[in-house]
Formats: sequence, structure tokens, C-alpha cells
Amino acid sequence: MRDGDTIVALSSGAVPSGVAVIRLSGPQSGPVLAAMLGALPQPRVLTLTDVTFGEVTLDRGLVAWMPGPRSFTGEDCAELQLHGSPAVVRSTLRALTSHPGIRLAEAGEFTRRAFENGKLDLVEAQGLGDLIAAETENQRALAFTRMEGGLTRQVEGWRERLLDLRAEIEAQLDFSDEGDVGQLPDDFGNAVEALSRDIGSVLALRGQGRILRSGFRVVLAGPPNAGKSSLLNALSQSEVAIVSDEPGTTRDLKEVPLDVKGQLILLIDSAGLRETSSKAEAIGVSRARDAMLGADQVLWLMAPDIPGEDPPLHTGGADHAPRVATAKIGAKADLGRVAGADLYVSVATGEGVPELLERLYDASGASSVSTASVLVSHERDREALLGAVMSLSRAKERLAEPELAAEDLRGASHALERLLGRMDAESVLDHLFSAFCIGK
Amino acid sequence: MIEYGVIVVGGGHAGCEAAAASARLGVPTALITHRFATIGEMSCNPAIGGLGKGHLVREIDAMDGLMGRVADQAGIQFRVLNRRKGPAVRGPRAQADRKLYREAMQAAITSQPNLTVIEGEVDDLLEHDGRISGAVLLDGRRFAARAVVLTTGTFLRGLIHRGEETVPAGRVGEKPVLGLSVRLEALGLTLGRLKTGTPARLDGDSIDFSGLEEQRGDDPPEPFSMLTEAITTPQISCYITRTTAETHRIIADNIHRSAMYSGRIKSRGPRYCPSIEDKIVRFADRESHQIFLEPEGLSDSTIYPNGLSTSLPADVQEAFLKSMPGLENVRIVRPGYAIEYDYVDPRELRPTLELKRLAGLYLAGQINGTTGYEEAGAQGLYAGANAALAALDREPLRLSRTESYLGVMVDDLVTRGVTEPYRMFTSRAEFRLHLRSDNADQRLTQVAVDVGLVSPQRAAVFAAKRAKLEVGRQLLDSLVVSPTTARKAGVPINADGHERSAFELMSYPNITTEDLVRVWPELAEMEPVVLEQLGIDAQYAVYLDRQQADIQAMRRDEGREIPDWFDYDALPGLSMEVRQKLKAQRPATIAQAQAVDGITPAAITLILSVVRRGSMRKAG
Repeated sequence: MRDGDTIVALSSGAVPSGVAVIRLSGPQSGPVLAAMLGALPQPRVLTLTDVTFGEVTLDRGLVAWMPGPRSFTGEDCAELQLHGSPAVVRSTLRALTSHPGIRLAEAGEFTRRAFENGKLDLVEAQGLGDLIAAETENQRALAFTRMEGGLTRQVEGWRERLLDLRAEIEAQLDFSDEGDVGQLPDDFGNAVEALSRDIGSVLALRGQGRILRSGFRVVLAGPPNAGKSSLLNALSQSEVAIVSDEPGTTRDLKEVPLDVKGQLILLIDSAGLRETSSKAEAIGVSRARDAMLGADQVLWLMAPDIPGEDPPLHTGGADHAPRVATAKIGAKADLGRVAGADLYVSVATGEGVPELLERLYDASGASSVSTASVLVSHERDREALLGAVMSLSRAKERLAEPELAAEDLRGASHALERLLGRMDAESVLDHLFSAFCIGK
Repeated sequence: MIEYGVIVVGGGHAGCEAAAASARLGVPTALITHRFATIGEMSCNPAIGGLGKGHLVREIDAMDGLMGRVADQAGIQFRVLNRRKGPAVRGPRAQADRKLYREAMQAAITSQPNLTVIEGEVDDLLEHDGRISGAVLLDGRRFAARAVVLTTGTFLRGLIHRGEETVPAGRVGEKPVLGLSVRLEALGLTLGRLKTGTPARLDGDSIDFSGLEEQRGDDPPEPFSMLTEAITTPQISCYITRTTAETHRIIADNIHRSAMYSGRIKSRGPRYCPSIEDKIVRFADRESHQIFLEPEGLSDSTIYPNGLSTSLPADVQEAFLKSMPGLENVRIVRPGYAIEYDYVDPRELRPTLELKRLAGLYLAGQINGTTGYEEAGAQGLYAGANAALAALDREPLRLSRTESYLGVMVDDLVTRGVTEPYRMFTSRAEFRLHLRSDNADQRLTQVAVDVGLVSPQRAAVFAAKRAKLEVGRQLLDSLVVSPTTARKAGVPINADGHERSAFELMSYPNITTEDLVRVWPELAEMEPVVLEQLGIDAQYAVYLDRQQADIQAMRRDEGREIPDWFDYDALPGLSMEVRQKLKAQRPATIAQAQAVDGITPAAITLILSVVRRGSMRKAG
């Protein structure tokens, strides 16, 4: 990357589309905009204008001029909202990049510049990445909360509380003979526990965060010819669901993303896997099992014309794998009703299909959870927070040996700081010196 | 022109350790100082050690430095701080007799082979072919050297403030050094200003100690040095008085006359050693502050009132002192003052304390922005050893954060720089449970022996102790007991049928050495020091195992290679400056990346995560 460059990119989706947004960031944004419009428009106001290169007017559109540092990247920025025809976009990009010092942006480069200029931190940057990739309304809301620093603010709040606790305990250790350092306050243990509980409660919601972000994984399983593929097709063609155009790529498993009332639901068909012969069959069975283990919900299909089988999961007690919610679906209900099903569906008559989607939506928890409280959706976040909670509970047990408790509090701090991508050992001392009058 | 291997400039705590370390390595060494008589002077408080600082003294001693031995000869009140807390955070401390300390240090310097003391002031440095080549004195004498260590303390453009007065001085009554600052500036170094202060000295005969709280030392006193068998100097007590409402009123009324608050001093002072003005302004809600009355010597009635550092005018000092219990009729021997001085941004240094901009020139002590005798002494030893190794064309001595406080301090200084005078705290050490004052010799003596810093006498003492520890550990591991037998001997453990070794039992907080001896009478034969150290190891064993894993990981990471495909541009979270330096220097390993100027631990973490992942794909 050449840092002084001005970068340009088509920021909206694929053309043709109603509107195409072209974005510029860098020192040449101003000069090229002035050249195109005749003069720089008023900053931060959308202006309707002709976009002209040399003698040629390419299009008429809305243009915004956002001089740095008060812009997304912190640099001088401009946005052109033009008609979304491939010809307009192509010729505009070509014209812009012919201007000296302007080149096409690399993937993620706008965000990177914003990050480097201190406009975003790591968590926010990641949230923005999710926002751009968001497929459904719930995903968008979650990503937006992250980008606005929801998680960052929360983690920073915890980190501040933790630094205060560490300052208390380090003062005991480093300054016991000088200054006005007394004993550890009586409620110190409670404060440690309260912090651990607060982090833990957000952590408990993280499964929900992952579902919002990556989708609610529903595996269709059952004996061959129980009707898995037909049900999958029926579900995806239902009026309730919108099939996302993102192609599924889970190797042998067929994966169909559905948008049900804003919640992403991934239907995974394990059909066909057990129908292959010999050696491949064993692999197929094990893949289907793995898929079921990784599912949030298993739909176990039974049909009147197929010999019944029990779901292969969790019949014994020795299995340490988590229990996966399993619903028994009586398929081909038009042919007859098998005993013991939770819900009957028929692809032929459409019976039960909308109900099944409603139930999946409810099971995903999307209806009962507000995105604002579900911020912990990345695996990285989960690990760090879990580490912090575990360190805090160890510290609580060790207060009689303050140097050991201090060690665990340090561990908790590092976990949170890793999450924010910053580390600063001096900050404990900063807290300490502002809280205690230290020094003989 | 007379030629030395190493010239050390300055005869304070850093200078003495630097000169002695260089001479121990067999390099002809000159110590140049204003006056021989001030070698080993304790310019501020008459005490050595403390929390973090006591750890440093033990580390100096472990590498055969002077401070621990000298303090043992001069100590008049020894106390181990945090005795009721865990061994990792205990720090030995001693009040020292100022005169005995000076005499013992001067004797140590005089008796050190390969070491010559030259009285004079260094005014300039000589360079040849981009390397340091010697020093020029104010009187025109010139000395050649292969390496030079500067330990100028507070003398670089030192300026004393007391109320409305300012006097250029390095210490009270001693002139500052001006020429060297100009020379260092000419090298293009970043210089900063720091401030520190000292309280008035009081005449003990004018103090009424009868109503004051007495603070006694430990009995028996625990020495600093491995080589000291017993403390033979007579021991005395300190006393504690407190500031009163009247003290606070007098200071508040006169705050505008304090050099600190009138704006005459602009540089930053340490937060952990605030002036009494600071304490009263910043912590206005405190009704009283403890003041420790510390004797300066056995044959000297001077008292150092620890906690009263100030830059108020002398008349205000007298007034507020007299408002405190026991000090109603106090006579001031010398008023307190604040001093401002130049320091060199320690980020100008390599991890060996050699200046990046001039090969062969090493800096140690307050010139690097630190405070404290112990911090100075430890740096002095390290810089002196490295200067001597450079003069011998040998590999430098490097100490890591994982094995010593000295390593922590040097790493903090050269990678982070300072914003206030840097003092050692145990909280700065990530591996605090391992870096203890009781095992400094186990951590460092062998390293120092291998370099050649250690006398045969200490090497022998160390080897004997290590052998005893090894035998003791084997014994403790080999002795096992069933719960039934243990309980019969009155040792309280769970009757779970699991056999436990003596070493495991030592980690139980409720089991004492006496308990163990009842089970295994042969343990009574083991030396108490050896048993105690093994007991500490046992106590922290679980944490140490975990830390050992972190230490291994850190060492492994330090050696990890950064592949050619590494693209710093594709790594978010690096500052533009760090990114550019990494791109220019292309470090081959994580250790080299850490040595890049200004790089932060967070940046190293980012780089490591990519190296571990094996590609530049999406971070985090």
C-alpha cells in the first residue's frame, strides 16, 4: 500500500442497480471533485450536480464532500451517488483512476484507513466487516451495535472496574509500608464477584449472538428417502422464507440460507450421504453426525413408507457432546401419519410447512432477544470473556494470598485487553496513583 | 594519552557498580568522579532496598555486585517488608548509616583489582570512526577507552529549587555538569527534564522522641548478600510522627511560594514520591500523613524525615515542621529542595544500554530517567558488564523479563521510555511469582558465572547451595506418605487414599515444617534456608508451572521467525510509525521485532497471531 494514495471503490453492491455509490478517500478527493463539478460543493451536504470529466458529462447525481478529519476514514472523503448502470460505473471509475494519485482500493482498505487513523478500534472494525456482510435485518442490527462500539464500551467499562480492583490489590503489595494504604476493603471480594457475574451474563447470551451472526443451523436428518430434500425445497419455496442468494458451500452437505422475519436460518440437508456405498458411506455417516452435533436444531424425519429409525444422537449417557434439540417430523403426512412425531408435514399438500418455519423462528430465539444485549458473537470474544470470568472466580478464592489473587486479576485484565487489541501495563499504576496517596 | 578498556563517568551507585563489574571482567577500568570522598554518597534517603528495590539489590548481589555487601556493612535497621504476605512480594530493606555506607563502598572500590579512580570532571567525549574513543576532562586531560559508561545522576544541567531561589547544582554544594549535556545534544539525542525532591535534614538532638511511635527492625536482621553470614553493626529504631491540621494549613497558605506550584518547575516529578505540597493539594481529604523519622547514622544525630520532600522556602519548612508532634523545637540542619535535571530518552538505547547513535557509549542510572539507588546500581552493573564485554569484543549480556527485575526494567526503559522518574515495582513484573528476592541467586548467579562476573568465592558458595537444593528437592519428592500415616502423625490431610510427597505437602498452607518433621524425622537434618526455599517453591508450584508454560511460550515466540510473505500493510492496528519501521527493518524473528523502536506488546501480539495462523488472511 502506498499511504499517500487516494483510493476509490464502488461501495454499493453489484451493478446494475438503482443507485451506485462510489467512494473516495485521500488527499486527491478534493481536487478531483473540484475538477468534476467545477468547484467544491459545501461540505457535508448532498448536492445534486452534473458529473463531468473533461468535455464529457458522465451522469447527473448526488455528491457529498466530507473533508477530513471528520470523515469515516479520517482523510478527505467524497461520495458520488450515480445511476447504477455498469457503463456509468465503469466509465466513472476509469476516469477517476486516470487522475494522478488515485487508484482502486484494495479489499477492506477504507476500514483499514479508518482503523489506522483511530476512527475505529479492533472490535468496531470487525463489527463493520460484519455490517457489510450482513444478510438479514438481525445481523445488520447486531453488527451495527458492535460498530457503534457497544461491545467496546462494555468491555472498556469492565476493564476500568478491573483496573480499580487491581490497583487496590497492587497497592497492598507494592506500597504496604508507605503512604495511606489500608487493608483491602471489605467488599473487595464482592466487587470481584459482581464483575465476574456481569461478564458471565453477557457470555451466557453469546450463543444467541452467534446465531444472530452466523445463523440458526437446522439439520434435516433421517433415513434415506424419508423426504429430506423435498422438505428442504418446500421450506425454501415457502412464502414465509426468502432464499438468500448466497451460495451454500458446506462440502457434501447442502446448505440453504433462509431469511425468516429477519432471522438467518441455515437449512442443512444431510440427504444422500448414507445412500453412497462402501467406504464412502462411513465417511458420509460421520459427516452427517458431525453436522448434527454442530446444529442448533435437528429435524429428524420419519415417513409412513420407510422403516422407522431413532435419531443417532445421545441415546447413551457416556457421550460428552452437548445435547442438540431434536424435533421428530412426520413427513409425507398425505400418505399417512407415523406415530410419535412432534409435527406432521406434507410437501404434496403444503400441510405444516409454514408452521415448521414459525417453529424454527421461535426456536432460534430471535423473537425474544434484542440485538443490543447480544454483542458477543465472535469466537474470539467468547474465549477472551470466558478466560476473564475464570480468572476472576479464581481470584475471588485467593484473597487471603493477595499475590496469587493479583496474578489471576492480571490474567483477567489481559483477556479483556486482548479483546480490545490494546495492552498497557502502566494503566494499573495510573489507577493506583490516582486513588492512593503513595510515598513516604 | 593513557588508555583504558572502559571509562565510567560518575561515582554514584550506578558508577560504582559499572566500574566494579567492568573490572571484575578483567578489563582495565577508570572511574572518573569529581571527588573520591563522595563515592558511595547517599544523596537522598538513608535506606537501601524495599519492595521491588530489595529484589534488585538481591539481583545485583547474585551477579557479585557491591550494593548488597556494602549495605550489609552499613545497615543499622533491617526489615523485610510484607513479611506477612507471600514470599514473592517480600522485599528486604535496611536503614543505612550514611558514613559507614560511603566508607564501605570506597573500600570496595579501592580494593577492586583493575580499577583506577581519577578525580576530575568529564567535559567532552572523543569519537573515532563512529565509535566512542575516550573522554576529555575540564582540566584538559584526555583518556582513551574502548567503551564509556555515563552515570551522571542529577548533575546534567542540575537546577535546585527552594521557594523563590534557584541554584545551578548537581547536589547541594556541588556544581552541575554542563558540557556533557551539550555533547549529548550534539549527538542528536532526545533529552528531557525530570524533577525530584528531598526533605529537610533535622537535628535529632532537638527532637522529642518520647511520645512517638517506635519502629524496630527485625531480630535477627536478614542480610542482603548471600556472602554475609551475620549483621554485626549495632541496630537502632526509627520513629513515626504525623502531619497535623496546622501543618496542612501552613502548607496550603504558602502553596504559591512552592517552586512546584508557582510554575517555576515545569518538569514531571514521580507520583509515588510526591512532595508534601502534592500530598496536601491532591489528597485534600486526608487529615494526616505518616512521617518516618530515619536516623542517618550511628555517630550522626541527623534525622531524615521521610515523607516531607518539599520545594517550599526555608522559613515555611521550619514553620510546618514545628507543627508536628515531637518536632516542636526542631532545628533544621539543611532545608529540603527540589532538583530538575536532564535525562536522555531511554528509547535512544539498545537493550544493552548502549546508545544507538554512538557505539561504545553506555548510559546507566538517573540519566536514563530512573530514580533510586537500587535501580541505578542494577543498571550500572549491567551497563558496566556490557561495556567491558564490548571492549573485549565479546557477546553482550542480555537479561529477559522472564528471569529478572533487571530485565524487566531495561525492557521497560528501552521500549516504553519514561514520563516520570522510573521506579521498580513488583507489579511491573509479569512473572512476579518466579522473580523473588529469595531466589535471585538461583535465577542469575550461573548466568553471571558464565559471563565471568563472579568471584571464585561466590561461585563456590552458590554451587554448594545449589547442590543442597537439588538433594533436598530429590529427598522431598521421594518421601511419600499415605493419608492414614500422615493423620496418625497429626498432619491434617484428606483421607482420600492418595499418597502425597513431602514436596506436595509443603504446598498446603495449613501444614508446617514441624508437621513434616514429625512424619519424616530426617528432614530435621536439612538446612533451614534450604528447606525454606524449597517450601516457597512448593507453595507456588501450581502457579509456577503455569507461568513456566508462559515463559516457555514467550521464549519460543521470541525465537519464532517472521516469514518473507509477511505484509505489514495488511495488518490492522499498527501505528503508521511502527509500520514504517517494521517495513524498513524487516525483522527476521519476533525477538528482533521486539527490539524495533517503539513497538508495543499489542503490536507483537498482532504479528504473532498472523505468524501462528500462517497466512495474512483476516486477522482476529
